[in-house]
Amino acid sequence: MIRFDSVTKEYPDGTVAVGGLDLTAPDGKITVLVGPSGCGKTTSLRMVNRMIEPTGGRILVDDKDTAKMDAAELRRGMGYVIQQAGLFPHRTVADNIATVPRLLGWDRRKSRSRSLELLERVGLPGEYADRYPHQLSGGQQQRVGVARALAADPPVMLMDEPFSAVDPVVREQLQDEFLRLQSDLGKTILFVTHDIDEAVKLGDQVAVLRVGGQIAQVADPATLLGDPHDDFVADFVGRDRGYRGLGFRTAPVLEPSPEPTVRLGAGVDEVRRSGDQWLLVADDDNRPLGWVEPSRITAPLVTEDLHRGGTVAVLGGSSRAVLDAALSAPSRRGVLVDDDGRLVGTVTLAEVAAAIEQAVGRGKR
Amino acid sequence: MNAVLTWLTDGAHWQGYDGILQRTWEHVWYSAIALAIAAALAIPLGLWVGHTGRARFLAVNLTGALRAVPSLGLLFASIMVLGSRLDGELATLVPTELVLVVLAVPPILAGAYAGVEQVDAAARDAARGMGMRGSEVLFKVELPCALPLISSGLRSAALQVVATATLAAAVGLGGLGRFLLDGLAVRDYAQMAGGAILVAALALLIDLVASTLQRVVVSPGLTGKTDRRDNALRRLKTTAAS
Ligand SMILES: Nc1ncnc2c1ncn2[C@@H]1O[C@H](COP(=O)(O)OP(=O)(O)OP(=O)(O)O)[C@@H](O)[C@H]1O
Ligand SMILES: [Mg+2]
Repeated sequence: MIRFDSVTKEYPDGTVAVGGLDLTAPDGKITVLVGPSGCGKTTSLRMVNRMIEPTGGRILVDDKDTAKMDAAELRRGMGYVIQQAGLFPHRTVADNIATVPRLLGWDRRKSRSRSLELLERVGLPGEYADRYPHQLSGGQQQRVGVARALAADPPVMLMDEPFSAVDPVVREQLQDEFLRLQSDLGKTILFVTHDIDEAVKLGDQVAVLRVGGQIAQVADPATLLGDPHDDFVADFVGRDRGYRGLGFRTAPVLEPSPEPTVRLGAGVDEVRRSGDQWLLVADDDNRPLGWVEPSRITAPLVTEDLHRGGTVAVLGGSSRAVLDAALSAPSRRGVLVDDDGRLVGTVTLAEVAAAIEQAVGRGKR
Repeated sequence: MNAVLTWLTDGAHWQGYDGILQRTWEHVWYSAIALAIAAALAIPLGLWVGHTGRARFLAVNLTGALRAVPSLGLLFASIMVLGSRLDGELATLVPTELVLVVLAVPPILAGAYAGVEQVDAAARDAARGMGMRGSEVLFKVELPCALPLISSGLRSAALQVVATATLAAAVGLGGLGRFLLDGLAVRDYAQMAGGAILVAALALLIDLVASTLQRVVVSPGLTGKTDRRDNALRRLKTTAAS
């Protein structure tokens, strides 16, 4: 657990970067600090491992006052990941990852095998162990940065915009992998970003800061999107917060209607039998493949006939996914599947809307 | 030109206390002493300046000022001051080494502090953030990353020192400068040209050795020369597989 207790940082030039911050980052959870540029996120983060010394207040890690600990030892017990990765250019990937283990006095062989294990953990092939950082892409370097921070298995991780120097597609991948990793490892993570989407995607708890390092709101992502505390937070969270907020609501109670399906290879007569404008195609395991328009079919069904526009939602997944499935299906019937991807049935846009309305209404009253 | 070749290839000129081998040895010796002293002074100073960021203006001004010192003038001045206080060969050797050290310090110092200064700020930040102490940051990150610039500073110092060590002969010491001065005294131009060629050849040879050494000590991660090794590894693997 990391606890900020009225922490202040005033730089020598008089800038108050952080003014009386009170915040607790609970064990095993991701706490995100988010806010506009210059609001003191980096300063707050770096005060935890004393890369910056606070000018007031206390920071406690597991109820121990960090100011009373040896700074280097404190840092060896915390993973630290920064935006530019900051890999050591003269060391191989494996040696980079082994930095803290070596500082802690692990022997060469143990450090090496730990490096290889972590390389795999962050999704890089073992051959990369003996490469140098300049031979890696930005996304790969950032993975190595995360592996390096995890090497000595620290309970606490500090991450300062670790994914913001890579392109959006890679960022998405890294975020997904990071969440998967965290669900295995359960670290206590303090994560800084200026990107609200990243904040609500990754955070178990999100702290929105305003300039001057003051907390505007601390909440879980759904509450933040659904009930912003004031104009500043509402503005920062963004316009489509209503729609995005659905991503955090589990799907409302839905009763999917059965949906007739055909297999690939079905003949024209079979396809046209239902008389409906759109017909769902599924494979032999009853996994949906796509929609077809029977009126256009003149020969047995082939893959090319499939309309791929519709998304598929998992029953019991988020409202946002269900709504999106209904919106994107050419038939306007959202396809629902079970956890194994097998067809459960479909719901109409009207049914989804009614169910969401009911759920939201229930939450309010 | 033929005369120069004849002089260089005459076996008799290579032998004896005043032969080419002996003079080359002396030349290398004068140069090595000066480089060792200069490196012992300038590298620690440069690392300290680069690591702490302190006294940077001092280092910059010092390198500039030392570069402006005229070697010959310093040589005569220091002989006048020091010569009477030292005995025998030291009376001329110490002033000569002083001149060479003054010549060698600026490039080495500049290489060392610039080498540390140019280390990626993010790498340095990460090093501290992972719990390296000041000296660990210096020796495990900054120094290895500064090696390319430190070694190019050393190489350019070596070239200058080897060329200027010919001055030793002007104050009665040995070294390859002897052939230049002795040749001049008796108007033996073949000997003079031969001496000059020997100095140039020695400088080239030393630079070649230094560049080989540089390749060994500098991490391939810094030079980008990983391709050759990678290719070799790949070839090895494919042969092993087949
Ligand atoms: N060394 C320093 N000296 C003086 N002021 C500083 C110093 N470092 C940061 N500041 C100021 O403190 C404030 C907070 O800076 P900080 O780096 O914590 O912001 P941030 O929230 O991380 O912003 P960004 O999203 O742009 O990274 C800013 O106004 C900045 O100008
Ligand atoms: Mg920042």
